[in-house]
Amino acid sequence: MQTQTLEGGFTAPAEQAAHAFRSVMEAMARPGTIHDIAGAEPPAPLSRAAGAVLLTLCDTDTPLYLAGALDCEAVRAWVSFHTGAPLTGPQSCMFALGNWDALAPLDAYPVGTSEYPDRSATLIVETPELAAEGVTLKGPGIKDSAALSLPETAAFQANAALFPLGLDFIFTSGARIAALPRSTEVL
Amino acid sequence: MTGDSYNFAYLDEQTKRMIRRAILKGLAVPGYQVPFASREMPMPYGWGTGGVQVSAAVLTPEDRFKVIDQGADDTTNAVSIRSFFQRTAGVETTTATEEATVIQTRHRIPEAPLGEGQILVYQVPIPEPLRFLEPRESETRKMHSLEEYGLMHVKLYEDISRHGHIATSYAYPVKVEARYVMDPSPIPKFDNPKLNDCPAIQLFGAGREQRIYALPPYTRVTSLDFEDHPFEATKADHPCGLCGAGDSYLDEVIVDDAGGRMFVCSDTDYCESRQRQSHRGKDAA
Repeated sequence: MQTQTLEGGFTAPAEQAAHAFRSVMEAMARPGTIHDIAGAEPPAPLSRAAGAVLLTLCDTDTPLYLAGALDCEAVRAWVSFHTGAPLTGPQSCMFALGNWDALAPLDAYPVGTSEYPDRSATLIVETPELAAEGVTLKGPGIKDSAALSLPETAAFQANAALFPLGLDFIFTSGARIAALPRSTEVL
Repeated sequence: MTGDSYNFAYLDEQTKRMIRRAILKGLAVPGYQVPFASREMPMPYGWGTGGVQVSAAVLTPEDRFKVIDQGADDTTNAVSIRSFFQRTAGVETTTATEEATVIQTRHRIPEAPLGEGQILVYQVPIPEPLRFLEPRESETRKMHSLEEYGLMHVKLYEDISRHGHIATSYAYPVKVEARYVMDPSPIPKFDNPKLNDCPAIQLFGAGREQRIYALPPYTRVTSLDFEDHPFEATKADHPCGLCGAGDSYLDEVIVDDAGGRMFVCSDTDYCESRQRQSHRGKDAA
């Protein structure tokens, strides 16, 4: 086993996970805002932000789908050692991780049921750049309107139209995150 | 046993991850009750086990924590939960609403306006607003999924036909973003307008009933009503006896055996900070 598999987890799990979660929660509660997230040093090509999100939210109870280039030996081994999350396909995952193009098509993921809309996948999207500009966002968590650099518009509009069903997105770039819950109207 | 014997904020990490995932889904579907695997806590159900679990999942070591019970910082429930987290999470505590970053509350929203950096955690006894109208969980779940809330309007209408007005005075049902009907926990309906467009994150935890739900900041929350019987936030028609405030929610306190009574702010921090600014009510010593 490679040492890089064993390293790069939280060194103080309780405190670092608490800080990382607050970043994720603030991002999800206030769509369009960008937050720093730290604590993880995962192997390439995983970003530090995506690593921290995995360590904070994933464990043996959360089937994880690794899409595209992220489905490599280094990432699989690191995720298995640090979270124990079972790896699975898009149909049965709770979390999915990949670049935007690799995660498509979105209709492969569970969007919840009308009685249990919470049983839907959360997609962790690795993006090269995150900026508070671009597509206009409105809805819960946003005072008037917000802006976020989304990889495209139509897919998120279609997702918002499914409300209260739908997917929730966490965007990761370097050591920063933003989020887009299904409740956000994408203009 | 010392505080060092516990994991940070008492709960184990796997439990916190489970609660955190539920909080995120709750924020993504405002007003929808997310089931979660509530744990036994070292206090009885009904004492805020849901709120305590949510607080444990969101607290960081740098937070300043405030706990209120019916608005008061100095009641048994508030004191014991505050010292619980002082001991197991080592967080700073405060009674000042403005200084707190996480506020756990039982049955009140503080009078002082909340800000963007704050999180309000509610203790919820019965999270299902339709439960007293329909006892079966399978049915209420279907009613939420079909947005079938006629029964709730019938209940409010029956209030009007019996009493001439909507007599529901606490746990007054609200509609979130024109979709889910939600129980705001047993806060007085005086507090309902504060739920709407609030800059803080509002999280609701029901331990015994195993549900978590949430309101992101700036969420539209409207109290159910009728065009000819609009919602009205009511309070006792008196100023506070100690600080003279005319805009705060009041508790009635019986002071002797001869029917004597006084009205005082239920929010002790609000009342005390007004008294420090030399506001005096008619009963102030």
